[in-house]
Amino acid sequence: MSKKTAIINAQIVDPDSGRNELGNLYINGKIIAHIGTTPPDGFTADQTIDATDQILLPGVIDLSTYLREPGQEFKATIESESYAAVSAGITQLYYMPEPETCIDNMPLANLVLKRGKAEKKARINAIGAITQGLKGEQLTNMGGLKYAGCAAVTNQRQAFANTNTLRMAMDYSATFDLPLFLHPIDHALMGKGCVHQGAISTRVGLPGIPSTAETTAVAQIITLAEELNVSVHLCRLSASGSVELVRTAKQKGLPVTADVAAHQLFLTDFDISCFDPLCHVQPPFRSQRDLDALRNGVADGTIDAICSDHQPHEIDAKLAPFQQTEPGISALETLLPLTMRLVEEGAMPLETAIASITSRAAKTIRDRQGKLQVGLQADFTLYDPNDLWRLSTEKMLSQGKNTPFAGWSFSGRSSRTFVKGECVFIRNDD
Amino acid sequence: MTKSDLLPGPLPNSLQLTKDGKLKHLLSIEGIPPLLLEEILDRAEQFVSLPDKAQNKAPLLRGKTVVNLFFENSTRTRTTFELAAKRLSADLINLDIRTSATTKGESLLDTIRNLEAMNVNMFVVRHQHSGTAHFIARYCAPHISVLNAGDGHHAHPTQALLDMLTIRQHKHAFPPLKVAIVGDILHSRVARSQIHALTTLCTGEVRVIAPRTLMPVGIEKMGVNVFHDLNEGLDDVDVVIMLRLQHERMQNALLPSAHEFYKRYGLTEESLRSAKPDAIVMHPGPANRGVEIDTKVADGPQSVILQQVTNGIAVRMAVMSMVMGAQSGYSQ
Repeated sequence: MSKKTAIINAQIVDPDSGRNELGNLYINGKIIAHIGTTPPDGFTADQTIDATDQILLPGVIDLSTYLREPGQEFKATIESESYAAVSAGITQLYYMPEPETCIDNMPLANLVLKRGKAEKKARINAIGAITQGLKGEQLTNMGGLKYAGCAAVTNQRQAFANTNTLRMAMDYSATFDLPLFLHPIDHALMGKGCVHQGAISTRVGLPGIPSTAETTAVAQIITLAEELNVSVHLCRLSASGSVELVRTAKQKGLPVTADVAAHQLFLTDFDISCFDPLCHVQPPFRSQRDLDALRNGVADGTIDAICSDHQPHEIDAKLAPFQQTEPGISALETLLPLTMRLVEEGAMPLETAIASITSRAAKTIRDRQGKLQVGLQADFTLYDPNDLWRLSTEKMLSQGKNTPFAGWSFSGRSSRTFVKGECVFIRNDD
Repeated sequence: MTKSDLLPGPLPNSLQLTKDGKLKHLLSIEGIPPLLLEEILDRAEQFVSLPDKAQNKAPLLRGKTVVNLFFENSTRTRTTFELAAKRLSADLINLDIRTSATTKGESLLDTIRNLEAMNVNMFVVRHQHSGTAHFIARYCAPHISVLNAGDGHHAHPTQALLDMLTIRQHKHAFPPLKVAIVGDILHSRVARSQIHALTTLCTGEVRVIAPRTLMPVGIEKMGVNVFHDLNEGLDDVDVVIMLRLQHERMQNALLPSAHEFYKRYGLTEESLRSAKPDAIVMHPGPANRGVEIDTKVADGPQSVILQQVTNGIAVRMAVMSMVMGAQSGYSQ
């Protein structure tokens, strides 16, 4: 007989159904049995958890995480990051391929998915490479990748050899109905840039990346998607112009979705001004105007999802002059706190913020989870909105400590995380 | 040092000053208060008047070891730093580290750690990447001073200081002056440091003159007026500073040809006529004659280019003695 759990007196927020009310969640084994104020007939809980003053939300879905394994275990492992994820309310991770750990073949896809399952923490899903070695030339066996369980395909931040290869890759992936995750970057315009091109890059003398390195690519991808009649997801928007282009495309009814990394909603190029390599990210932090446009984009639904774009690094990767450091932030543990902070700062209502990391994120990659629904597997997190804490790198669970948010205070965090009805994390420190 | 001490983070802008406002490192002109800037120039002026004979060495840096850490080629800057150190009686090590783009941060930090272990007192650093001097200052031992001898496109503070000294010797006060900086502003660390120095010293007007492709975005936020026409920009100025144009700029579609650049932006006797009759002409060297400046102007009566070189030694002596003074509590 399967275990029965009741979570009672929680503020249940489920953006997908529009539910935001006090209530109880009843779990039978892995499955949500009932949501309401009284247990269903014949339900006797083996375990009852009182979640008074806590918010119960669907498990957070992170559309982009670099898990570094296999091959770069000195940066992070599936084990370390999978646990860091559930400690921060994330129940579902999408493994982003990179040239060093490039899921461009079935055996590697199998390996990663198997390693993820073995950890029994967050669910690990894989995004496959759309070209071999992410080199932008030869297409991968996308049919096989889908069969192996890849949820989507991408060329990560790597360049396509030419526009024709991009167009063919988009067309071929649609054959298998694989969600297409494209990072809009014009590599020629980006050049050797490492920060946003503007008054700050001029002042500090670091090579700049103009906003048009992103917006021209967004326009190109949208144009091709319209011609080919394929749906496309644009990863990691950073420029206000991109938000505008996506908004227009959506108004025309084109099947375009987009996401933004959480840190892009909080930091600008001003934050790198004394060569802080922790603020070295790609795409770069842009201006306050861009930040405002990105927040508005999430608020009005132009940008569907907020993701962590988690890139854990060993310490040496950030110990060099700015240009020589590796880009990226260890961001799993700040995804939910930063998203909730958007609500505190009045950027958007609670339901919108939660939707952008649950139901709306799920839809972009056709994930069945991301909502609280009877019959679905019970992935959810309890968020304590009154747990004031300060982020310190010593207490981070991710192997990567590279975050510019160390020292920031947050008013809440997850207290328990459930995956498939199982409690995989209970906070009991400080 | 624990692991978390090593984690990078935002650098305080005041990294180069001690708590009581003395010069600890010289990384950038930005953030140096006007009075301190004047103090450096005054100190340099004293060294200019010092008879520069080998037997007349000042003993200010006796027993100190200076390391010239050059990751990029340089003749002039390095030689003048070397001479400055020697005239202050310091021991000097020249490390010529020809590096490729593959140089890793770890090895830079390792280099620093190894040199520290040899009990050196000062690093003079030139590097192709912006922020390297800041990086070294952030991680080196507390008894070491770092002097930035040029980092990427960011800063070249001693060059700007010697330029200010030269201007002061000819024009005395900065507020009434109009100064024009001409050429490849985009790639110039010299221009950025000069702009900071000139604005810190309350120069009346600072102008930058370049074609649009060599003008960095948002440069006006540094307090300068932007010109794309040479004659318009030189109109009525007191000081003309020419910048060196690297040949590789022609390959990156930044400029069509050296010839066109010379025709539109080269300083000739004719274009110099737009400036005040007593305007001085400066160049950080080495000059590309016939590309950014005509020989007749470079060697002409208004040119102070060689005086800049002489002042370079005095300014570097001033800075070296001041950072070492800040460390030992020494003051003159």
